[in-house]
Amino acid sequence: MAADYAYVALFLIVGALFVVFNIDILSRLIRPAKPSAKKLDTYECGEDPIGGPWLRIHIRYYLFALVYILFAVETVFLFPWAIVYTSLGFFAFVEMMVFIVILLVGLAYAWAKGALEWV
Amino acid sequence: MPQIREELVARFYALFEGWGIPWIVPRLVVMLVVVSIIILFISVSAMFLIWWERKISAHIQARFGPMRVGGWHGWAQSIADGVKLLLKEDIIPTQADRPVFILAPMVVFAAALAAYVVIPFGPGLIVEDLNIGILYVIAISSLTVVGIIMAGWGSNNKYAALGALRSAAQAVSYEVPLVVSLIGPLLLVGSLSTTKIVEAQRYLWFIVLQPLAFLTYFTCAVAETNRLPFDIPEAESELVAGFHVEYSGMRFAIFFLAEYANMFTVCAIATTVFLGGWRGPLLPPWLWFLLKTFFLLFVMIWLRWTLARVRVDQLMNVAWKVLLPLAFANLGITGLLVWVFS
Repeated sequence: MAADYAYVALFLIVGALFVVFNIDILSRLIRPAKPSAKKLDTYECGEDPIGGPWLRIHIRYYLFALVYILFAVETVFLFPWAIVYTSLGFFAFVEMMVFIVILLVGLAYAWAKGALEWV
Repeated sequence: MPQIREELVARFYALFEGWGIPWIVPRLVVMLVVVSIIILFISVSAMFLIWWERKISAHIQARFGPMRVGGWHGWAQSIADGVKLLLKEDIIPTQADRPVFILAPMVVFAAALAAYVVIPFGPGLIVEDLNIGILYVIAISSLTVVGIIMAGWGSNNKYAALGALRSAAQAVSYEVPLVVSLIGPLLLVGSLSTTKIVEAQRYLWFIVLQPLAFLTYFTCAVAETNRLPFDIPEAESELVAGFHVEYSGMRFAIFFLAEYANMFTVCAIATTVFLGGWRGPLLPPWLWFLLKTFFLLFVMIWLRWTLARVRVDQLMNVAWKVLLPLAFANLGITGLLVWVFS
């Protein structure tokens, strides 16, 4: 079982090494390197950057992230249900619909409260 | 094809017998060859796609597009672009968070590459037929978002930070309907393995049984890959280039390559789940698979040059108020029908 995932590990490692090879070995040998203070400055349409970019993040991102976590967890439960569905029959259908409806009520609540509005 | 592959691998293993070399060495060599083939495939298909996209966009706008490099219709344009990017100076801003800035392209590319493990190019032509195939693709491709946030944050640039935030908000919003729309076909198969999903479509493609799921999936797939009309994270006219604004040369090229690799992945999954995968008459299976996938890629490019960019509030509305209820409705109807007919 675990041996099936040897390829996954290898793909992740080789993927990272491919990037290192291209940027830090292949490209480094042939590219110019003439850094200057202005060149290494943060890009802001040619102006000197004003203030830092690491600002406070708008609350709407947190709202969407919360709703996402709710549904992401739900979809994890949907996968095993879908796989064994035909062998479980009508009971599985009713049970999952109850689960989904409860979550959809949550979505409707978020919707009514304006959590899904991009303000 | 699979027979030839198995025979080659078996002969290769036999070469090492009796030499006292640990068993892991020949296996590792075979695995490295497989990874190299996939990386080669990604590079070649990305180069082809970039050239193709430029040609299609040009013809949609009554232009010719690249015509000079390489002779015939500028076929070598992408290669020239790649060489140019390789020769460009590497710029890491002094203000940047250096380790995060350097790690970001690795995360994005490694995630894009790892998704290819379960793409079934033909019967037996799959790197590893994991039994959690579809779940694996969804899980590994959402790692891309982590890389994008790292790039946006590490750049220490306002445009990059905004682009990364928008990208994350968009990716998580569209992931939910994307996953739910895939559950419908999975109900019909009863397995997550990509090979089994293709085999289940022996008589009928799932696009016939699940048209709504296909539309939902494809819309979400376009949004997940940050393509127009959902390219708010990269919106050139307001954010310059979004999260990769500070990346230059080869680092930028890696992001570009990963983006095209991801486009291929989502279209390949659409082909596998909805369009019967490698099944088709006369032509060899792998060719059918590539034809269907590249047709979907053509549709993606076509959409890009037909539709205007949507506004960010419209974008979120479509995901949460249209696609998600549609996907759940499809799931409910499918569940009911599967129970009635089984």
